Amino acid sequence: MTGIIRRLSIALAAGLCAIATSAQAEDLVVSNWDGYMAPDAIEKFNEQSGNTAELVLHATNEEIMGKLIASKGKGYDVVFVSSPFAEVLHNLGLAEELDHSKLPNMSNLYEQAMMLEHDKGNTFSVPYAWGTTGLCYRSDLVEGEPDSWMDLLQPSEALMKKTTMLATDRWLLGAGQLAKGYSVNETDDAKMAEVKDLLIAAKKTLLAYDDTTFYSKLVSGEASLVHAWDGWCNYGIGENADIKYVVPKEGSDLWVDTMVIMKSSEHKDAAYAFVDYILGAETHRWAAENILYKVPNKAAMDGLDASLIESFPNMGMKPEQLMSYEQLRDVGEAQRAYARIVSEIKASN
Amino acid sequence: MADRRPIYLMSPALAWLTAFMVVPCLLILVLGFFRRGIYGGIEYTFTLENMALVFDPLYAGIFLKSAVIAGLAASIAVVIGYAAAYAIASMPARRQPILLFFAVLPFWSNYLVRTYAWIVLLNREGLIVALARYLGFEGELPSMLYTESAVVVGLVYNYLPFVILACYAPLSRLNTEIVEASRDLGASGWTTFRRITLPMTVPGIATGFVFVFVLSIGNFVTPALLGGGQFQMIGNLVYAQFLTANDWPFGAALSMVLIAIMMGLLTLQTFATERASGARRVEG
Repeated sequence: MTGIIRRLSIALAAGLCAIATSAQAEDLVVSNWDGYMAPDAIEKFNEQSGNTAELVLHATNEEIMGKLIASKGKGYDVVFVSSPFAEVLHNLGLAEELDHSKLPNMSNLYEQAMMLEHDKGNTFSVPYAWGTTGLCYRSDLVEGEPDSWMDLLQPSEALMKKTTMLATDRWLLGAGQLAKGYSVNETDDAKMAEVKDLLIAAKKTLLAYDDTTFYSKLVSGEASLVHAWDGWCNYGIGENADIKYVVPKEGSDLWVDTMVIMKSSEHKDAAYAFVDYILGAETHRWAAENILYKVPNKAAMDGLDASLIESFPNMGMKPEQLMSYEQLRDVGEAQRAYARIVSEIKASN
Repeated sequence: MADRRPIYLMSPALAWLTAFMVVPCLLILVLGFFRRGIYGGIEYTFTLENMALVFDPLYAGIFLKSAVIAGLAASIAVVIGYAAAYAIASMPARRQPILLFFAVLPFWSNYLVRTYAWIVLLNREGLIVALARYLGFEGELPSMLYTESAVVVGLVYNYLPFVILACYAPLSRLNTEIVEASRDLGASGWTTFRRITLPMTVPGIATGFVFVFVLSIGNFVTPALLGGGQFQMIGNLVYAQFLTANDWPFGAALSMVLIAIMMGLLTLQTFATERASGARRVEG
């Protein structure tokens, strides 16, 4: 219900922005997740550049994609989306082919961050944050050190009903795909049937599916081991030092959130200036320090306080390690099969 | 004479409903007959595929499961709510408004907040477990949260006031002389209730039941929060098609079938109420 209200209010805000855009040509509309950049980032950018950028929020990739596809990108200049969605925007011809000469701060990025599978050479997207999906657990409540996806999917007796899994299609399936040694983009029917069976069996052992409050379940002790994104596990670690994060030995996906400039933007110079501003070492470091997500920006990461990495060890993960994991890619038509498998898992008893 | 009736007073309501309810519903209906684009958009070619998919055993099963949970919640709510309404209606007339006020008091807070309160109560480290431990209970309690029962409890709790109000209306209007006549003629209290009170208040029960059922079957917040996402109801499935699977046409087809079920039930309920009150008029 609040989802609807939030979506309505965002739609309303977007509508108002659209009106404002037509009235004031220099306005820039940036859409991002709530709290994903410094609260004063827009204000500072406006001060420095003399633009009047405005921030609108989206709760999920799908929400902003729905709007962008419906409006052919009109009304937005820069959007933050995860890499498979950036790929879709590119395939639909909605993403600007980037002119790197207008993004001098691109040189701050790690060289690996220029070679991401979904967009080699960053031709239409610029990585903003990246990380892994793995296991987040209470080292004081879990015996030994979990190191395999099977520790989550076939938990020991002591962990029965004390684990949670992510509910979003791709990550829920990803846990099973990785456990089986398959690609996180596997679409073969027979292999996916195996993944489904594994995940249906795993469901019986779960406390809940949880995408948003899993780390607080660890903090309260309701759960002992959860399927988590590294950045979110850090929020748990921040509240309880016994919480630890591990990438299972079978591997992880490499998730990448990106910035995309819309081809339809009528304020491209300002849009480039904004993306370049975010790539600045100081601005980009803010994200690492405050939202505890790794950023693919060498200049920003090199300046990180060593004590931060000590408290949150996964912040110290090297680009070489991240690049050894496979990115989630858009699977096109197979998405419907994925959605169906997820429904089958969730409807199982 | 009939022309003098101020029908024009209905026009704001009609305009409002047309613009914000009929038109959006028609858009959803139309959407259900298009194809999902390869990247999640909508491809404007006609297909019956989405409608057919709704009746696939997997999705039909989810409909059935939702109906069972909603039916259970509605039945429990009717039993509890009817008893409460009966008690309120039996109170002195000046106390009744206060009691009804307390019954609807929960509506003053947000649905989501009320549902979260149950998480605080029921979770493994929650208030009920803490209380049990304080009273000296040791050992593991069965898990209460993230179960089907928790979903039913949440639905009953949230919609109970509707049932109390719906049942209170006919109970408070019940002619006490009929009840007294029944007792004078030798019927026991139970027989009087069964033969007089209950039949005369069926419209209230039907309204309460259908209300809870309709609100429950499409609910997605309670199963998500109290069921821990493990009990997929039809509302969750629709939500997922629109917000994660990006399959709007299929989501639209599911919604249309859900709306059709709701409309069918509401129509049945209207007929049942009409018949019951019509019968009473004839008898009177």
